[in-house]
Amino acid sequence: MIRIDQVTKRYADGTVAVDRLSLDIPDRAITVLVGPSGCGKTTTLRMINRMVEPSEGTILLDGADIRDQPVNTLRRSMGYVIQNAGLFQHRTILDNIATVPRLLGWSKPKARERAAELMGRVGLDTALAKRYPYQLSGGQQQRVGVARALAADPPVLLMDEPFSAVDPIVRKGLQDELLRIQDELGKTIVFVTHDIDEAIKLGTMVAVLRTGGHLAQYAPPAELLTAPADAFVEDFLGADRGIRRLSFFPSAGLELRTEPVVAMDAPAARLTAPADVPYLLVVDTDGRPLGWGAPDDLTAGAIDPARLLNHGRPFTPGRDSLRTALDGAVLSPTGWAVAVDDEGRATGVVSQQVIGEAIRTAHAAGREDVTAAR
Amino acid sequence: MNLSRFFDIPSDLQHSYAGLIGLHLREALIPVLAGLLLALPLAQLCVRFKWVYPPLFGITTVLYAIPSLAFFVVLIDYTGLSETTVMIPLAVYSLVVLVPAIVDGVRSVPQETLAAATALGLGPVRRYLQVQLPIAVPAIIAGLRVATVSSVSLVSVGMLIGNQGALGNLLNDAQIYHRPELAVNSVVTTALLAVVLDAVLVGVRMLLTPWMPKESTAR
Ligand SMILES: Nc1ncnc2c1ncn2[C@@H]1O[C@H](COP(=O)(O)OP(=O)(O)OP(=O)(O)O)[C@@H](O)[C@H]1O
Ligand SMILES: [Mg+2]
Repeated sequence: MIRIDQVTKRYADGTVAVDRLSLDIPDRAITVLVGPSGCGKTTTLRMINRMVEPSEGTILLDGADIRDQPVNTLRRSMGYVIQNAGLFQHRTILDNIATVPRLLGWSKPKARERAAELMGRVGLDTALAKRYPYQLSGGQQQRVGVARALAADPPVLLMDEPFSAVDPIVRKGLQDELLRIQDELGKTIVFVTHDIDEAIKLGTMVAVLRTGGHLAQYAPPAELLTAPADAFVEDFLGADRGIRRLSFFPSAGLELRTEPVVAMDAPAARLTAPADVPYLLVVDTDGRPLGWGAPDDLTAGAIDPARLLNHGRPFTPGRDSLRTALDGAVLSPTGWAVAVDDEGRATGVVSQQVIGEAIRTAHAAGREDVTAAR
Repeated sequence: MNLSRFFDIPSDLQHSYAGLIGLHLREALIPVLAGLLLALPLAQLCVRFKWVYPPLFGITTVLYAIPSLAFFVVLIDYTGLSETTVMIPLAVYSLVVLVPAIVDGVRSVPQETLAAATALGLGPVRRYLQVQLPIAVPAIIAGLRVATVSSVSLVSVGMLIGNQGALGNLLNDAQIYHRPELAVNSVVTTALLAVVLDAVLVGVRMLLTPWMPKESTAR
């Protein structure tokens, strides 16, 4: 565990970047530092690997003061990733990744072998190994940055806005990749961002800092969304925190209706809707949803898929959250969301009202959880 | 002009044509090398301690402004009519060109590259030798090209101090023996040497910097 204990950083010009910050950073989890520009995130992160020395307070790594070991030994045991990757432009991708193993005295072939292995792990084609950084896209460079940080298998990974310089689609890919890698490797990751959505998506714990280097709240993301500590945190979370909070509620418990689901080749007798369901969901012979149709418009044996209403984006109960289910219902012209299994076969439909009730129940339970956890 | 005697070097120069070229190369390149060896630590000093650069830059600019002849006159008292007297000013000129070139090159290394190097556990020495210096190579070689070409042409001035000007001495002999072809030889050979050395340096740069984007290779 990394324990930041009453740490203050005052720069030479008198700026107080971090003010009596205390933070226990759990092992094998992603802890996100988030806050507006200039609130001391980078300073905090750099105090952990001693690129910045605290003016007051101590930082403990597994109970020992980080100043107890030689500074470069400490740094080599902590991977570091920054915005724009900060790659060595004069070294090949492979040699960039092999940097720390080489510093630790590994032989060149062994270091390069390890580097090639890591390229695979971060989703880089090993055909890029002999290239130079200028020959890579921003997203690829960022992956190299992550691979370089992981090369010597350090227990700790420090990441300073690593994905903020790439476009949203690439960023999402990199975030998913990080979560996947984290599932496999279980590093202790401290991740800095000013993007609250990124914080909520990645963080096991999220520390919200406010300008002047004060800790505003330190909590798991769901708790942050449920019970922001003050107006600053609430404001920082943005207007739709209620909706975003739904991401933390599973859709597994939703009661699905199966009667409105009819096959393309269903007999006329099946083409009647229950009293409370205005539309029928037509599925193909494999059970995959084709679209919605009003019972009166459907003729047995002559259903034209092109004339059906779009069924919106289906959700998978058990995997997707209530947010995805609600999104599916909101986007569907009928107001009903379609549930599918892992193969994409329709398993039922659910109305906005039912999702709404599930949300109310989950909110009530969630509030109790948070209060209980305090 | 008698072109058949183009390569017939007068015996008072005590060298064959090839010998003169060798001598010229030595007098031109040793100062550049000495300048480089001095410039590297000086530049590092300027990068580490920012306040060193402005005064050092001032001093070197003043040195550069001193005509080589004035330099020779002062030095003759100490080092006589020797090659050393020719080479010392040339080394100083090289130094003056190279220090700013290296400083700019090293400073052009992006902040985040340096931060990454520090964060990965490279100490100051490794950072300088493994990151800053290699990235400064294009700037250093650009400086070396200027220093080398001017050094090659300046060696000829050495003819004024006891025939220490290598190929430049041919200019003197051209006058004494009324053989203008020797003057042409001197000018053409010196120019060719400069062009060839420059091409060699460009080649070295390309060998050392496979990491540079190809479009911007022309500097
Ligand atoms: N070397 C320095 N000297 C003086 N002040 C500094 C220095 N580095 C940072 N600061 C100041 O300390 C405060 C915190 O800086 P820091 O870089 O930690 O912020 P940040 O949260 O990372 O911001 P951003 O999101 O913009 O990266 C800022 O007011 C900044 O101006
Ligand atoms: Mg920052």
